[in-house]
Amino acid sequence: MIKNSLIALVLASFVFMFYHLYMSYEPKTELSGIAAHYAEHGAAEVGAANLVTAVVVTYRGFDTMGEVTILFLTASIISFFLKLSKKDEDKVIVHRGTSELLVTASQILIPIIFLFGVYVFINGHLTPGGGFQGGAIIASGVVLSIMANPNREINHHAILWIESISGIFFVIIGILGIFLAGGFLDNRFISLGEFGDLFSAGAIPIIYSLIGLKVGAEISNILNRYQKSQKES
Amino acid sequence: MNNELIYVILAIGVGGLAIIMGIIAILNEKLSVSVIAGGVVSLFASILFLLMAAPDVAMTEAAIGSGLSTLIFFYVLNKIKKYND
Repeated sequence: MIKNSLIALVLASFVFMFYHLYMSYEPKTELSGIAAHYAEHGAAEVGAANLVTAVVVTYRGFDTMGEVTILFLTASIISFFLKLSKKDEDKVIVHRGTSELLVTASQILIPIIFLFGVYVFINGHLTPGGGFQGGAIIASGVVLSIMANPNREINHHAILWIESISGIFFVIIGILGIFLAGGFLDNRFISLGEFGDLFSAGAIPIIYSLIGLKVGAEISNILNRYQKSQKES
Repeated sequence: MNNELIYVILAIGVGGLAIIMGIIAILNEKLSVSVIAGGVVSLFASILFLLMAAPDVAMTEAAIGSGLSTLIFFYVLNKIKKYND
């Protein structure tokens, strides 16, 4: 009884809070402060047709580096805790047998999914999407391949090298921005090019491609770890 | 009927479906049904993001929220079942 009344009290206070929030909400008719600056000068300063990318990679590039670091930490911790013993490592997963539909579909779809992921992060400065989205799409292709063939060995060293090298080059490009342009992760040390072209917006396509490879490798690694942990009895 | 009204009706419909799926995810007794319902909530959320003109967020939500995290939940579920048997 007391428990239920407490829950009701919490719910009532939530309703009260959100009611006030809703009633005091006034839609703004124009952008204010820093958002107005991004919208007005973003295209001229950064040269990216997709303003979200301009904010994520250059204006707020430091935050993006933090996010990538968090993902790296997560992947490391998962790899650490799901490490298998030598005895389990050699086991073969016994399963019901993968359906033929899935195997055939995966052979056709996996290259297309990888290609789409690469397209999303290379065109991150022109169309919606970017490094994180492209990386996640690539990881879903890896998932399909794991589903179709549960005992497939994914090359650990390749994932490790892709992840490390793209991480290092991401930071190196950021530091190049300090010396050759205005500051950390400034994209203007490569010429901005023509607005809307594939090779435009300075270093943004390079940075986003590196982020895409890094995120894809990390998420694939996490999923591979989970798949392998199923061997443990 | 003008365009804006159609978007509002669509958004309310998708949002309502998402809430129904969330309730199913909480109340259903089978864990696997709950996990799938949770994934469907993410799918509807990504449609809502698309309607609110945020395609970047919609892509992330569709790929990670409804794809990869559902899969991880299933891996963990499989593991828990092994220990319970």
